[in-house]
Amino acid sequence: MRKSLATALAAFTCLTAPALADTYVIRGENVWTGTSQGTIKNGVVVIEDDRITAVGGASTSVPDGASEISAKWVTPGLISAYSQTGLVEVGAEDPTNDARAGASVYSISLNAADGFNPDATAIDVTRIEGFTRLVVAPQTGNTMFGGQGFIADTSGDLDTPLEEKAFTVIALGEAGAGLTGGSRASAMATLKAALDDGRSYPTRYIANSEGDALKRLDAQAFSPAARGQQLIMVRANRASDLNAVMDLAEEQPNLKFVIVGADEAWRVAPRLAQLDIPVIVDAFSNLPSSFEHLAATSENASRLADAGVTFAIANVGDSVEQARLASQIAGNAVANGLDFDDALAALTVTPAEIFNMTGYGTLAPGAHADVVAWDGDPLEVTSGPVAVIIDGETQSLESRQTRLRDRYLNLDESERPMAYHKP
Amino acid sequence: MRISHRLVAGVAAAFVLSACGGGEDKPADKKEAEVAFDKNPYPSTYSPYPNAPVLITNATIMDGEGALIENGSLLLEDGKISAIGSDLEAPEGATTIDASGRWVTPGIIDNHSHLGVYPSPGVSAHGDGNEISGPVTAEVWSEHGVWPQDPGFTRALAGGITSLQILPGSANLIGGRGVIVKNVPSRTVQGMKFPDAPYTLKMACGENPKRVYGYGNGSFPGGAPYSRMGNMAGYRTAWIRATEYKRKWDKYEKEGGEPPARDLELDTLAGVLNGDILVHMHCYRADEMAQIMDMSKEFGYKVSSFHHAVESYKIADKLAEYGACSSMWADWWGFKMEAYDGIRENIPLVHKAGACAIVHSDSDVGIQRLNQEAAKAWSDGRKIGIDIPEEEAWTWLSLNPAKSLGIDDRTGSLKPGKMADVVIWSGDPFSVYTKADQVFIDGALMYDRDNPDADPVMDFEIGQPGEGDRK
Repeated sequence: MRKSLATALAAFTCLTAPALADTYVIRGENVWTGTSQGTIKNGVVVIEDDRITAVGGASTSVPDGASEISAKWVTPGLISAYSQTGLVEVGAEDPTNDARAGASVYSISLNAADGFNPDATAIDVTRIEGFTRLVVAPQTGNTMFGGQGFIADTSGDLDTPLEEKAFTVIALGEAGAGLTGGSRASAMATLKAALDDGRSYPTRYIANSEGDALKRLDAQAFSPAARGQQLIMVRANRASDLNAVMDLAEEQPNLKFVIVGADEAWRVAPRLAQLDIPVIVDAFSNLPSSFEHLAATSENASRLADAGVTFAIANVGDSVEQARLASQIAGNAVANGLDFDDALAALTVTPAEIFNMTGYGTLAPGAHADVVAWDGDPLEVTSGPVAVIIDGETQSLESRQTRLRDRYLNLDESERPMAYHKP
Repeated sequence: MRISHRLVAGVAAAFVLSACGGGEDKPADKKEAEVAFDKNPYPSTYSPYPNAPVLITNATIMDGEGALIENGSLLLEDGKISAIGSDLEAPEGATTIDASGRWVTPGIIDNHSHLGVYPSPGVSAHGDGNEISGPVTAEVWSEHGVWPQDPGFTRALAGGITSLQILPGSANLIGGRGVIVKNVPSRTVQGMKFPDAPYTLKMACGENPKRVYGYGNGSFPGGAPYSRMGNMAGYRTAWIRATEYKRKWDKYEKEGGEPPARDLELDTLAGVLNGDILVHMHCYRADEMAQIMDMSKEFGYKVSSFHHAVESYKIADKLAEYGACSSMWADWWGFKMEAYDGIRENIPLVHKAGACAIVHSDSDVGIQRLNQEAAKAWSDGRKIGIDIPEEEAWTWLSLNPAKSLGIDDRTGSLKPGKMADVVIWSGDPFSVYTKADQVFIDGALMYDRDNPDADPVMDFEIGQPGEGDRK
């Protein structure tokens, strides 16, 4: 997956020979740090091995022999806060789709990381748009429980480490009701019973083979979340559903929640802020697309920011192949009132904070070296990365899509069929 | 002799929809049409809303035909583009809008929407876009499934959409007629219909029809089509029937006698063979588009636009030669096998080959920002050396879709005499931060971002927790 700097960055890089392995000086007209340093004009980021070692102005001292990259903008690697990237090759082809299990006998114990494929086409497609980390959430199948989500990088390395079981996924609202017998009351009863099973694990399962709601292995898997040791990712949108989550949070204050969707969050924003429950929103969602989205507005994110709610931005509406559009979505949130810095934070600092990704999401000395250099404003639809660095290593900016494109740039088949053209 | 003459005119009128300019205004035609059948039984009742003259000044104007005018002015009068230039004088009584720092373009035309037939809220009772009862349902008309109260129309208006084509879905080989509407709220579909626009026909290639009718129907063996072979056989069988039907009507037209029995399905297909109804064909794969182009020659019609067309870049030369448009997304890919080879540069590669490129949405979300979708494709093209001026790329959004719908003589660019379908943007519309400030349809201000009185709300949203986008 990794390409030499020379190929990937020829146009933007001047190599000062001999290059030290994994030492980079990245100069940006704007260096957006995500820290108290703010945006540094004509800033410099120094990377040594897998860490950022210095962030500062033009006069920052830099190591000798480093590879230099210059760009209009430099940001932390973007974090996709919600997607199924790496679990799916072709959405409609079931054998290639590990995002959900529609007929499993297990639920919470389903560990989505078991289905992660670093070779998935979508990994490259997402990386070359500036995303370096993925929060991957399984979808729900035949129960309200989707199973265990994980965090991965976008390097595509087969041996890339995953942070498995970073959170557990639960559907409430219309979906949760539909999966638990037909009503929201049933969904909440099931969730509470499952939490009780999880908290009672293993005691309850010594005497009986099953709990109220969960099989033994699912109760075991739910036990950390039920005891407040694992994040619970809830899908919900309607204001009353968000209130139901907050009621539960008040009733069982050790539980830790993040809410995905949250289209009507702006209506209960003060309470979300007070309970410090973060949300992941999609600023494209502005239609009453169902009866649980009646108050959806493209100003949701800006209103949440005003109320002090912690929020990340993701492509919740099209999360299987198009995680990469989160930056366009964040740009649209800015067009609808959100502060630019808050929007960029919603793609970096904030998801790192929500998912406890210590040392990611900012450009700061000591941080992991996930860095993207851009040819323009990173939220602008006409901008793209000129360099993507993950843990200090430059990444290929090729994908299967760019290879196909290059094959068909010239349609002349007079000498040979296209199949012989392998640029 | 007299009878024969009447029959000729009557039959011609039966198939020539009112597209080509006011057949209804000619008393002779109207009288004679009654002999056969009414060609336009659900006519448009739309007429432009009050539109005082407006002079837009100091704007950066993209005229929609490839020209860019800095510090330009645009005069809208009587619902039409009256003049475009740089130093126009305001006529008496005209409102002058100073558009300094802002951009002006023709309204965006989305030639692939399911607003109204798959409206918000997307409850089961609202699924009116696919008549799945059979693989060939040329007899259905999307306008009969459109719910004009879809809040999606208002969101699209805020995105600068002034006209759109509402199509049946892609479950069927032949899904039925599409309808072209002005994006003007109305109590009725007739009140939205683009006056005298041609009818269109939705057809679909590939995975969807064979999934719905073949292996998707829950039994084995399923119905037909079960394969892409069955897809082609299904279209060809229908065209053979339509050819026969047309032959009967042609004979009747020529020789008189007893009129053939009417067939609603074949009325539409024969309308295609007569050149009056424009074919819009959902087709992802390059090889399938090539088959369809041959099939259209076999039966003597023409595909107006291939829709989705994610592999158009592989046969852009052949599409240019044939003369079909491609209605494309900027970057959708991968959700099914026939979308697996989607690339970001599809649109600029089609344009570069000299073929007709269109940005379409097929989405109630995408329709709200087709300018951004065009911008992505434009920029991805530039990055591989396809340097298309922004003002030329705008043809993807207005003029080319208008051509594909047969309405480019009336809208799609800022040429004097055309409908005053105009958007004033807060800045460069190829920026993510730019919003449509004002949208004019036939010269009437139908949307104003800063004026709640000019921001429509549909019935469904009244009295709900949210009324409109910025409740």
